[in-house]
Amino acid sequence: MNFSPKYSEKVFENKKRNADEFGEIALELRRDIIKSLALAKSGHSGGSLGIADILSVLYFGGYLNIDPLDSKNSLRDKFVLSAGHLAPVLYSALARRGFFPIDYLPTLRKLGSKLQGHPGYDMNLPGIESSTGSLGHGISIAVGMAMATKLIDKTKQKIFCLTGDGELQEGLVWEAAMCAANYKMDNLCWIVDNNDCQIDGRVKDVMSIYPLKEKFESFGCNVIEIDGHNYDEIMSAFDKYIENMENNSGKPMVIIAQTFMGKGVSYMEDKYEWHGNPPNVEQAIIALKDLGEEYSN
Amino acid sequence: MKEFKLLGSKPTRHGFGMGLVELGERYDNVVVLGGDITGSVMTSFFRDKFPERFFSIGIAEQNATTIAAGLALSGKIPFFSSYSAFAAFRNADQIRISMCYNEANVKIGGGHSGITVGPDGATHQSLEEVSLLRAMPNLTLIVPADYEESRKATIAIGEMHGPAYLRFGRSPVPMFTSVEDSFEIGKATQLTEGNEVAIIACGLMVWEAVLAAQELYKRKGIKARVINNSSIKPIDYETITKAAMECGCIVTAEEHQVHGGLGSAVAEVVVKNFPVPMEFVGMKDRFGGSGEPEELMVHFGLTWKEIYASALKSIERKEKGFIGVRKLTEIESMID
Repeated sequence: MNFSPKYSEKVFENKKRNADEFGEIALELRRDIIKSLALAKSGHSGGSLGIADILSVLYFGGYLNIDPLDSKNSLRDKFVLSAGHLAPVLYSALARRGFFPIDYLPTLRKLGSKLQGHPGYDMNLPGIESSTGSLGHGISIAVGMAMATKLIDKTKQKIFCLTGDGELQEGLVWEAAMCAANYKMDNLCWIVDNNDCQIDGRVKDVMSIYPLKEKFESFGCNVIEIDGHNYDEIMSAFDKYIENMENNSGKPMVIIAQTFMGKGVSYMEDKYEWHGNPPNVEQAIIALKDLGEEYSN
Repeated sequence: MKEFKLLGSKPTRHGFGMGLVELGERYDNVVVLGGDITGSVMTSFFRDKFPERFFSIGIAEQNATTIAAGLALSGKIPFFSSYSAFAAFRNADQIRISMCYNEANVKIGGGHSGITVGPDGATHQSLEEVSLLRAMPNLTLIVPADYEESRKATIAIGEMHGPAYLRFGRSPVPMFTSVEDSFEIGKATQLTEGNEVAIIACGLMVWEAVLAAQELYKRKGIKARVINNSSIKPIDYETITKAAMECGCIVTAEEHQVHGGLGSAVAEVVVKNFPVPMEFVGMKDRFGGSGEPEELMVHFGLTWKEIYASALKSIERKEKGFIGVRKLTEIESMID
């Protein structure tokens, strides 16, 4: 069956919003993810859907100070997607913030596309701050960026980074945590996407990373645990991070976000089997229906 | 035969340390990351002069490399230095993706390279990194021959944009290049005149090549062309191809495994453009061991004597007129 989904033309502003305004944006991102992955016939569905709410607040809630018309501004805030395999949701957020045309989205993972399977810095895609995909790199890069602004340039730039939870099995991640605390990087906001799923199964079964809060605290971080699908809690966590930075707490901020892999698509929710697979056409049509869109050819 | 005026001897790591200080004076955005052994790799010179631009990362080469990438993506020119045994292998994934794929302006100083680190033994004697790093897209790779060249190469990689790796050593080596000699990334330097055999070397083996050339002339009247090929990548196609055309046979010499290093890089150029018989002097697919640097060089066959013998062998093969062809009964491996 020929699958030719239509993408809406909607773009959204980055501004202070009430919690009830994010649902529409997150739904749009989730529909993009399903369409692009079904067209690509490969890619990581579950995790991308799982962080759509967090990215909606980050990119459209007035927290990340970036400008599509001046994407290389040296004083901009930065977001590094350390879990590079979640690229589809990042691409969608950037497109719907106006960083590049929405037409790019259906080209995901295809020859010649700027939307590489994992973000490629060599693509010069506005809004992408680094290549990521080898797990653990992104958070360490973010620590380097946080050092540059806080310790060298002495500017007030916010540095956000999202890692997965299986990703925390990489030793580099803890080298980065040690360093962030050592240099008192209260300007670093480290979001952990804690869906307890990785490709081989439950994180706790593959290699336990728990207890997580205590681990980060013992490294010298301030830790908040939130429901990663509750917009009030996500906003409140980002507000606390900004407070943490402005009060010079001397501690990096870690937000452990409890999320569900595949959130929003009935048959994918909390199923680790959807970590590394795309929906086929029939599955995509069901998923879109779950996300409030009737597919018609 | 050209006479070389030696200006004493100093380790190439000192050249790196001094070059870094000069870069620090010229550019405010040069920063240095320490990996605990700053006094060994001479980043301590920079640390003492510019403490506000020096950051200790501890014994964490992976983190230092990716942090450096983050700093570079924020407009800094970060140098990270540790022993090559750790600064090229432990962090190979970080070099490949965060440094090279990102085209991040990160520079790594790989110190204590080769067997001449001495008594520390095989764990610390990196002899494979040229092979590993040569395959990385976007990376510039330099192996300087002496103190002065190391200083100049440090400044040169600091002033170019893009990822770069400088491989240098612990032990003092003869200083035969001078302040006036030019250094250019991508250019090999011809040190002696000769058309009978070309000896292409890098690092401390360049001086051994000069000694071999002097002995070849003294004992056999053979004029060898010695080429200092410090720029492994990009490599100087023209100088190497010209050497193949004009000398008709080549010996390479390096303080590195014979597989994948300078010899392989030169062979790629030669086979592609002008095949001639080649002989390879280097570590023969084995690990090093404890001992004093000079003892180890003799033990593992990394002296002018092996270069001398290889030169005679390559000339003999050339004179047989086979252009590098051996009979099936004469096949040799790289480690014979």
